[in-house]
Amino acid sequence: MRINGRTRRRLEEEIARPPSASLPKQFAAWFSSRSWRPRTHQLELLERVQRGADALLIAPTGGGKTLAGFLPSLIDLAGCSETRRGAGVHTLYVSPLKALATDIARNLATPIAEMGLSIRTETRTGDTPQSRRARQRVLPPDILLTTPEQIALMLSHKSAVQIFVSLKCVILDELHALSASKRGDLLALDLARLRTLSPDLRAIGLSATVARPYELSAYLAPQHKGTAPATHFAEIVTAEGGARADITILKSEADLPWAGHAARYALPEIYEAIKAHKLSLMFVNTRSQAELLFNELWQYNEENLPIALHHGSLDVSQRRKVEAAMVDGKLRAVVCTSTLDLGIDWGDVDLVVNVGAPKGASRLAQRIGRANHRLEEPSKALLVPANRFEVMECQAALEAAEEGQQDTPPTRPGALDVLAQHILGSACAEPFDSDLLFTEVTSAAPYRDLSRESFDQVLAFVATGGYALANYDRYAKLKRTKEGAYRVAHPRIAQQYRLNVGTIVELPMLRVRLARLKGGALKPTGALAGGRILGEVEEYFIEQLAPGDTFVFAGEVLRFQGLREMDAIVTRAHATDAKVPAYAGGKFPLSTYLAERVRLMLAERRHWAKLPEQVAYWLKLQSAFSVVPSAREMLIETFPRGQRYYMVCYPFEGRLAHQTLGMLLTRRLERAGAAPLGFVANEYALAVWGLNDLSAMIRNGRLSLGDLFDEDMLGDDLDAWLAESNLMKRSFRVCAIISGLIERRHPGQEKSGRQMTASSDLIYDVLRQHEPGHVLLKAAFADAATGLIDLRRLGEFLGRIAGRIRHSEVSRVSPLAVPVMLEIGRESVPGDAGETLLRETAEELVAEALGEDALGDVKQSPGGEHAARQT
Amino acid sequence: MLHARLDLMPETAPTLRSHVTIGKHSLQPLAAGALYWQEQHALLVADLHLEKGAALAARGMLLPPYDTRATLSRLGKIIEALDPQRVVALGDSFHRSECADRLVDDDFDLLRSLQKGRDWFWICGNHDPHLPESVGGTVCSSLTIEGVVLRHEPSDDARTPEIVGHLHPVARISRRGTVVRRRCFATDKSRLVMPAFGAYTGGLNVMDEAFKPLFYWNQVEAWMMGRHAVYPVLGSLLLPD
Repeated sequence: MRINGRTRRRLEEEIARPPSASLPKQFAAWFSSRSWRPRTHQLELLERVQRGADALLIAPTGGGKTLAGFLPSLIDLAGCSETRRGAGVHTLYVSPLKALATDIARNLATPIAEMGLSIRTETRTGDTPQSRRARQRVLPPDILLTTPEQIALMLSHKSAVQIFVSLKCVILDELHALSASKRGDLLALDLARLRTLSPDLRAIGLSATVARPYELSAYLAPQHKGTAPATHFAEIVTAEGGARADITILKSEADLPWAGHAARYALPEIYEAIKAHKLSLMFVNTRSQAELLFNELWQYNEENLPIALHHGSLDVSQRRKVEAAMVDGKLRAVVCTSTLDLGIDWGDVDLVVNVGAPKGASRLAQRIGRANHRLEEPSKALLVPANRFEVMECQAALEAAEEGQQDTPPTRPGALDVLAQHILGSACAEPFDSDLLFTEVTSAAPYRDLSRESFDQVLAFVATGGYALANYDRYAKLKRTKEGAYRVAHPRIAQQYRLNVGTIVELPMLRVRLARLKGGALKPTGALAGGRILGEVEEYFIEQLAPGDTFVFAGEVLRFQGLREMDAIVTRAHATDAKVPAYAGGKFPLSTYLAERVRLMLAERRHWAKLPEQVAYWLKLQSAFSVVPSAREMLIETFPRGQRYYMVCYPFEGRLAHQTLGMLLTRRLERAGAAPLGFVANEYALAVWGLNDLSAMIRNGRLSLGDLFDEDMLGDDLDAWLAESNLMKRSFRVCAIISGLIERRHPGQEKSGRQMTASSDLIYDVLRQHEPGHVLLKAAFADAATGLIDLRRLGEFLGRIAGRIRHSEVSRVSPLAVPVMLEIGRESVPGDAGETLLRETAEELVAEALGEDALGDVKQSPGGEHAARQT
Repeated sequence: MLHARLDLMPETAPTLRSHVTIGKHSLQPLAAGALYWQEQHALLVADLHLEKGAALAARGMLLPPYDTRATLSRLGKIIEALDPQRVVALGDSFHRSECADRLVDDDFDLLRSLQKGRDWFWICGNHDPHLPESVGGTVCSSLTIEGVVLRHEPSDDARTPEIVGHLHPVARISRRGTVVRRRCFATDKSRLVMPAFGAYTGGLNVMDEAFKPLFYWNQVEAWMMGRHAVYPVLGSLLLPD
């Protein structure tokens, strides 16, 4: 989204204009009673909203952001509160987190009570009982606090008209966390619908600092196709920045690990930091890391300090207990994941510890903002890198924070599967006219460039599946009324829609349960289940394991014993070398911005002085043994190890892009005759191994690295790979669920999950073969391109390194390559590896067949044990 | 034609056996999921589940309506290459009996062209107990060829060699940390369970309880379907899900 100079000047003038709004007496008195003074940005926002503008407030944590958002509504309601009863919702507050909505409702009660205002506020989340929801439909509160999914649900009922007809204000909290996601797409569509129901509503966005405020402000403003200026923006109010955060990187006497994400080496220092502060929040990137760090801390916790754990796989009641204990000041530390990233006021946090890679400058700023909710005092943060590369990443993030740099993700076009869900929801509420709905949809910023053709394709998909072979008309979900409007064909379809609403599709997860060993042998099957749960792991990972395989999870080498219900049963393996490394990488890729800073740091020796001694020494070793690449180069190292030949490259583009690159490179290496066997990726590097000597192939010109990394790999190779890629199938599954093609799994139906995954794969195969242009495949590809396979980034990378590949042939693994070689979560070459494996296993049969006499002709009665299994 | 033949015939890797034994007979499992009985010029397939997509659509899941097309075209390629005199579909050929009348014209024509000039047998399954005449060929509950009984569901009779469908067997093996799960022909040389042929058919692991009473387990082999070949795998190497 571009803005021209004039628009920018206009927007800047508005920002500069002094606030003209003043508080009514009642409110002014309340502020003074608390010895507060209204902040400039609170008054500025009030002035704009009272003038009828949509507005985006950008303020750091602790800036009174939420109160600023509610002030216009409270003032408006104070003036007319008695006459409004039952007139519908006046203000709708939307938060990405249930807990945040509940928290804000609690905070809002204070000013309302103290000023004696007659304003009804209520929350509505997935936890709200059915009876209260029904009452909210009949007698809507003045202020309703809720989540995007609940709005979609409410809008799918006929009663939406009465509830929202006099809606004056929508407040979107933590907008930066919502906007560039499928949840944000759904919310944007719902906002457009709310504007249709109540044309003069104003939208207020509350956001942390972002890289491109204008993009975000467009999200709040209704877009009109074909009018100038091209994009409409909400007005922006920016609060003065708070005190600069006080960030340090942990310095430890201990050896810095080469790889891994556990940061176990730093436990003594982390524990000391906890002891020195009132309440510490310790952020990690994944749930399994949270589990691990929590357990390790308790083993270290000689003083029995109250340290708690908080992450998304924990039971809700458990999480609530921890939250309440934080607010009451009963805890000294909480180990958490991104579940506590967002703006809930969790009591007196005075230290944020970020364990592991920060991943992005903005993400880190958010987390640091959790410490100290008072604007004037600096937030205090401690960064704990878990390995040597992360030291550089932490340093880069620290420098970015000092410069106030942001790297929030750019906006992207709205997802088509989300649109499909929205269209069905619209029909569930009442019959719609497709022209009007198209106009409404394109007034939402993410969909402003949606073509009518795409819209019609999605509409056809919702109605009849949208297939070229149109033989499902009699099963259509949407039918036309006499007037030509679309309505749901059957009330059952609306029921199904309401069960499937929302855009969050969790990967199927399995619990990892530790079984106890007795006398070196497993206890009989029944007794196994009694063990401790180590955490959760994605089902697809477990599917790749055979009983007896070892893998790393929760910092231990474990042996997979088998599946029991939803548990993966494991035992401790006393091996140092896991056969199958665990997938334990972060869900967020390293940001492009931080990656670039890390590359620069690596390239320029003068930066090394800022790094801890051990890291600087590591880089010096690398420079002596192999090569340290310059910032614009990409280094490739080749070397033999064991009976295999390795190639390690260092693109610094994040794990997702590296995995895709690995898939494509192995295809090309296969063609070049290098007989690749597999690869492994981390955030910084990619290692590929094979049977043939890659160094020799490059030396004698049989393999050209320039050709290998040519941009044309994103053509046919990508197509061919995508056809069978599991990642693409995973994206397709998510789109199929969100769009309503297949139903989502509900609690209690877990067992059907495996079948469903299989069948969405079969659907993908058939659809790709017979209608490759289908709109759902487009949606899946768009997802994969920005998500699981990160094509956009890969494309930029290939362009960046063209002609700048530096090859270093080494005799053994280089210092820089060690982390990726120790990395966990390897992938084997797709396609042919499966065939090879089948062939080898079959040949084992031949070998066994030669000794067939030994088995004899002893027949077992049918119904006996699987005798052969027990060997 | 010749090309198609070459593509299809080397169905097992050259170093391996290419035929399974049932009773005294030797039959060839094909990577495409059918079984070829050359002496009898007979091609056997099981569990086509034609029109499964349409059956699900009636319940509100508007899946791509190409499953019948996909299934019949795959069958067509095999028939074209082998030109069998007989084709036997071992039951659950249609996902629902009623669906058999509702094939779209193109699919119907395709089916007719496959049947033309050969004997076509539909063995009834639990999904399609009452097939209409429009499907052509001969509808029967079982068929015996040279002492081998072809039927949909396995019988209790362990002495007569039989070839059945119904169970949709898949096999799972692992090696070097990689797992492969494929549809398979499961056999103990006296009984053979065919893989499901239909495009939308799921699978049941051979290690499941349902297979337990069917086999002499020390004789079991799973002939796993690879992309271009079928791989016989010893029962002792198979893994449960």
